[in-house]
Amino acid sequence: MLELAIKGSRTYWSWVIFLLAVISAGFISYLYQFRVGLVITGMSRDVSWGLYIGQFTYLVGVAASAVTIVLPYYLHNYKKYGRIAILGEFVAVPSVIMCMLFIFVDLGQPLRVLNVLLHPTPNSVMFFDMIVLSGYLFLNILCGWYVLGAERKGVPPAAWIKPFIIIAICWAPSIHIVTAFLYQGLPGRHYWLTAIMAAKFLSSAFASGPALLIVISLILRKFTRFDPGWDAIQTMAKTSAYFLIATIAFYLFEVFTAFYSNIPGHMYPIKYLFTGIHGHTKLVPVMWICTALIAVSLPILIIPPARRNERALGFAAVATFLALWLEKGISLVVGGFVPNPFERVFEYWPTVPEALIALGVWGIGFFILTILYKVAISVKEDAVFDKYGERQVKA
Amino acid sequence: MSISRRQFLKIAGASALLGLGSFTSIELLEKVEASQFKKTPKAIRGKRWGMAVDVKKFQTEEDYKRVIEACHRIHNVPDLENPKHEIKWIWTDTYEHTFPGQESPYLLESLEHKPLIVLCNHCNNPPCVRVCPTKATFKREEDGIVMMDMHRCIGCRFCMAGCPFGARSFNWRDPRPFINEKNSLPYDSTFAGESIKKGVLMFPTRMRGVVEKCTFCYERLAVGLMPACVEASQGSLIFGDLNDSHSEIRETLSTHFTIRRKPELGTEPSVYYII
Repeated sequence: MLELAIKGSRTYWSWVIFLLAVISAGFISYLYQFRVGLVITGMSRDVSWGLYIGQFTYLVGVAASAVTIVLPYYLHNYKKYGRIAILGEFVAVPSVIMCMLFIFVDLGQPLRVLNVLLHPTPNSVMFFDMIVLSGYLFLNILCGWYVLGAERKGVPPAAWIKPFIIIAICWAPSIHIVTAFLYQGLPGRHYWLTAIMAAKFLSSAFASGPALLIVISLILRKFTRFDPGWDAIQTMAKTSAYFLIATIAFYLFEVFTAFYSNIPGHMYPIKYLFTGIHGHTKLVPVMWICTALIAVSLPILIIPPARRNERALGFAAVATFLALWLEKGISLVVGGFVPNPFERVFEYWPTVPEALIALGVWGIGFFILTILYKVAISVKEDAVFDKYGERQVKA
Repeated sequence: MSISRRQFLKIAGASALLGLGSFTSIELLEKVEASQFKKTPKAIRGKRWGMAVDVKKFQTEEDYKRVIEACHRIHNVPDLENPKHEIKWIWTDTYEHTFPGQESPYLLESLEHKPLIVLCNHCNNPPCVRVCPTKATFKREEDGIVMMDMHRCIGCRFCMAGCPFGARSFNWRDPRPFINEKNSLPYDSTFAGESIKKGVLMFPTRMRGVVEKCTFCYERLAVGLMPACVEASQGSLIFGDLNDSHSEIRETLSTHFTIRRKPELGTEPSVYYII
């Protein structure tokens, strides 16, 4: 099926070339980092993880969120998702690959990465994260590719794939729970040391993932003949809305616990993020932009007439995705390191090469996403009718 | 020197056997603890090393400097000016920052603004070891020292996030150009014996991209020397076996009121402070 990816329109090829340019810029920056060391990033002795690990964390969520499409479709036979189940799975694949790449570019000694396999260490959460991520990658490639192949041939998928689909559904939350465990089991990092971390990770993932799929679906409707279905888009918007509410609630629970208990260590990181401490305010705009974006997007997702407006919905989806990216992709990691174990404040802000490397990895992700989607959409456009006999291609 | 064919075969055969043997035993035991230095018969042995910092005995700036320099010099710790990329094994901070949560608005006058010596606590229950995905940092079974295998470390910095004491430093850049020249003690195995006699050890320099920290001078203990900081402290740092009820450190702990950093986290630090 891969050959479908090398036949495309002018727009398709321009997009591919654009992505390749972004990847090249990132790759050149990485060569620089590889030569000189992580000194080229904004990370420091006190904030020893930054943008890279933030992206990793955020993308694990995006990968896991495929389950919000796959589960209703396969377990509850929600027919509206029949056409787009593959879109969910094909978002998961590049997301997991990006996760792995972000871990890789964050390593001080990347050539030793296989030490993780050579010296397996089950007491490290990182070990389990590696297992669940690779497993999830495999399951999504297998299920997505196989079911799409069946659709292309116009036959129903064979029964043997079903157990793998069920396993993939159960597997999805595990990748994000394990990722939360990377953080929430560390003593002395107040911002992370909370049992609600895993729950908040899942809820914010299930808000941002569908948001991304809404944006993608709207783009597909505009630029291809394939129609993911307006009802499906509306359902995703509702999913995103509910989980966004849950995420906000979970965050406010944290704020309540910290400030009502009045324990300084619990309050510090939240104060740092929203107001700054001792004039250190680098992350304050990040948090308030995040808050503003949510304040705008949440009502649109909740109020039916607003949600049914294609433009408004598109805006709300982008805003949700961005807001949660600011929260999880930047502030979550930094908040754990500020203040440091000596209760001193050292700030972090990514450097240009660091941002370029991160962009490069995103570029690789979108490149893989584009290839996979090109294949999927070409198959869909040829099939004309979905498996329930409804037209999935615009006349 | 020339050797006959027969001798050569003998040596080659024996080494091959030895090599194979040790390789199999490694495989079987699966318990190899990385170490740059072998123990000599003079080695000081203990079951669980610990340290007491006698805060009052640190009086002048020189008292701190001597201790810190002794360590950093011997271990080829680079002198990086940018505090963001700083490498430090032993350094100072104030009471309120060393013991956050225990600060008081009416602190003992002598403690206010007084620097305290801080270093790796060699916890009995080290979170850094728990989180390391490659066992590059590990707790030595025989004496509880939390060690670093710089050749295995992948530089993921999970241990730095895990350590609640900020004891770990990462080589954000190649540290070698920043090793102070007059302090530099390049590692040279041919001089190792000589340097041990003089009481100086050649400690290997590190490369960029790995994490490092204090290792209680395991390399000096191996040749019968006390940790460099302890030696330089002239009695203000007391080092010994916490497991031995007759040791100097246990004597000190039983006769002085001591506190540890963040005991509520359950990491069981082995460094005590006599305030």
